[in-house]
Amino acid sequence: MKGKLILVIAVLMGLFSSSSFAQLKINGAGATFPYVIYSKWFDVYHQKTGIEFNYQAIGSGGGIRQVIEGTVDFGASDAPMKESEMKAVKDKQGTEILHIPTVMGAVVVSYNLAQAGHGLKLTPEVLADIFLGKITMWNDSKITAINPGKNLPNEAILVAHRSDGSGTTNIFTDYLTKVSKDWAKKVGVGKSVKWPVGLGGKGNDGVAGLIKQTEGSIGYVELAYAVQNKLSYASLKNKAGYYVEPSFAAVSAAAAGAVKNMPADLRVSLTNAGGKGAYPISGFTWLLIYKNMKNKKKETELKKFLRWAMTDGESYAKDLYYAPLPKEVVKLCEKKIDQITYKK
Amino acid sequence: MSENIQENSNDSNKQQATKPAASLFNLKGLLNKNFGDLVFENTTRFFAFIVLAIVFLMAFEMVRQSLPTIKAFGFGFITSQEWDPVNEQYGALPFIFGTLFSSLVALLIALPLSLGVAVFLSEISPKWLEQPLSLMVELLAAIPSIVYGLFGIFVLIPWLRKVVEPFLGRELGFLPFFKGPPYGFGMLAAALILTVMVLPIITSISRDIMKSVPASQREAAYALGATKWETIKIVLSGSKSGILGATLLGLGRAVGETMAVTMVIGNRAGISLSLFDPSNTMASVIANEFAEASSKIYLSALIEIALLLFIMTIILNAVARLIVWSVTKKYKVAVH
Repeated sequence: MKGKLILVIAVLMGLFSSSSFAQLKINGAGATFPYVIYSKWFDVYHQKTGIEFNYQAIGSGGGIRQVIEGTVDFGASDAPMKESEMKAVKDKQGTEILHIPTVMGAVVVSYNLAQAGHGLKLTPEVLADIFLGKITMWNDSKITAINPGKNLPNEAILVAHRSDGSGTTNIFTDYLTKVSKDWAKKVGVGKSVKWPVGLGGKGNDGVAGLIKQTEGSIGYVELAYAVQNKLSYASLKNKAGYYVEPSFAAVSAAAAGAVKNMPADLRVSLTNAGGKGAYPISGFTWLLIYKNMKNKKKETELKKFLRWAMTDGESYAKDLYYAPLPKEVVKLCEKKIDQITYKK
Repeated sequence: MSENIQENSNDSNKQQATKPAASLFNLKGLLNKNFGDLVFENTTRFFAFIVLAIVFLMAFEMVRQSLPTIKAFGFGFITSQEWDPVNEQYGALPFIFGTLFSSLVALLIALPLSLGVAVFLSEISPKWLEQPLSLMVELLAAIPSIVYGLFGIFVLIPWLRKVVEPFLGRELGFLPFFKGPPYGFGMLAAALILTVMVLPIITSISRDIMKSVPASQREAAYALGATKWETIKIVLSGSKSGILGATLLGLGRAVGETMAVTMVIGNRAGISLSLFDPSNTMASVIANEFAEASSKIYLSALIEIALLLFIMTIILNAVARLIVWSVTKKYKVAVH
């Protein structure tokens, strides 16, 4: 009887120990926008190597908080960390944070105008004025002037925006801040801002719901979301003066245009980028990696994974509606990955 | 109570007479009391205290984490209308207003409806209908709030925008409550969704309260020649404070509701009496902005809103429970 019991315990212990030692689990948390491609990556990589990743899509802000507290092995964010946040990591975790771009997204201006159909043209000034509440009617002369031949109704504009804090809002307001002094002064850039006008919807689907249901509405959603749901969207006049429709190629063009002036830490905003074909409201999403990792094994595996993500991983991007990084940026990222070290 | 004492005195033939437990953790009786009883008693007591401890810990933690905004804005946090995360200016007044206004409008609509249903169930309905009908009403409380929210977006809001709001604006537009363009999304949609959500609570408690009015009172009323309606009036006046308690419990539910409200209210902080205007509530601003709030003071502002909401619901619930208890107790005493 006693012997049996010991045997059972021994077997149980063996089970537990083997399961906890053989598999390495790397924990991350952060942005929701890249969640689809990250979970694809983690799944494919797990099948390939047996390394398990656990990623919680709790939002960029939450990811940054967890990176500061040191409760995760890596974070993810749609907006680069602020200086103050990076300093907090240094104070609390004793290491720098590396920003590694993974894929790109864009924000499209979507609208609901049955009469006007697709392909509305907007300039940065007009867009800012609409979201500031200065242009309130669809047949305002500022809109009709750049859309000759379009049947724009004598109808009120209903602005739809995100009610939840979001990287999408951050990119969109970052763009408006760059192109409109008025916007910069009155509203500014952030994941949640004080909207001068409009209704708030929760998430991309909330905003899309508002737009789809309300004739005469205009709002912004992620490019992937607009493509998947076949929303009609506007082409925007970019910095070089060309009207550009949002597309993955136009987003990659924006990144390629920004490579020349890329800062060393890769924390760069792609909005209002130069280049003929560049779509102006584009942005990176980043992985936030500790420069000095405290666990040797995790450091080795994470580096391996990142190198894989930059090469094989990027090929999954287009199918999942993300714009892949241009080659020039991948090179910069790989240099960054080499900087990751292990130090206890 | 008296039965317990009798049982104890029967047992005292074998044991020493036991005193009723006066101190919290009764260790004095260790020698002369059954050890198992003692362990059981203290274990359950411990569990009961855990519940209390959780409430206090939550309150403590929220106060601790909202200290940065309490220090920075003080009382101005409650009176300021400015909510601007970019410039780190935080004032909770629009959210407090939105929460209270939407809940009050919901109660105004729900109260007469619920009372009607409760009166029917307790006084008028035939027995065979009462059970299934009560069940249906209580079933409303079991529907997840996200389902209410989706119902709001896809059914209620288009109807409000196309039919109800234009009509109200045309006919009653001179009132401050029906001004502005009809978006569909806004205060009215939120209040209507909340109405359906608080209806089962108010109905089922009011029904129970009315049922606890002794039958002798109804019989006496009939004996004096009262009509059905007059009898119901007597029952209603007897359960007045109980119904008030039920209403406050409903209010507590409405104040804390998050998901369904945030899906339909339009999520724009501002103070307006018009039911057509978008608004925002305390619960929904927390749900909306918490995940992305990375700066310390921003987080603290959201937690202070949570604290205010916590205090609000605790007070509402406490008052409501007290009223309901005092009423049911009164009648039990009267019956026995």
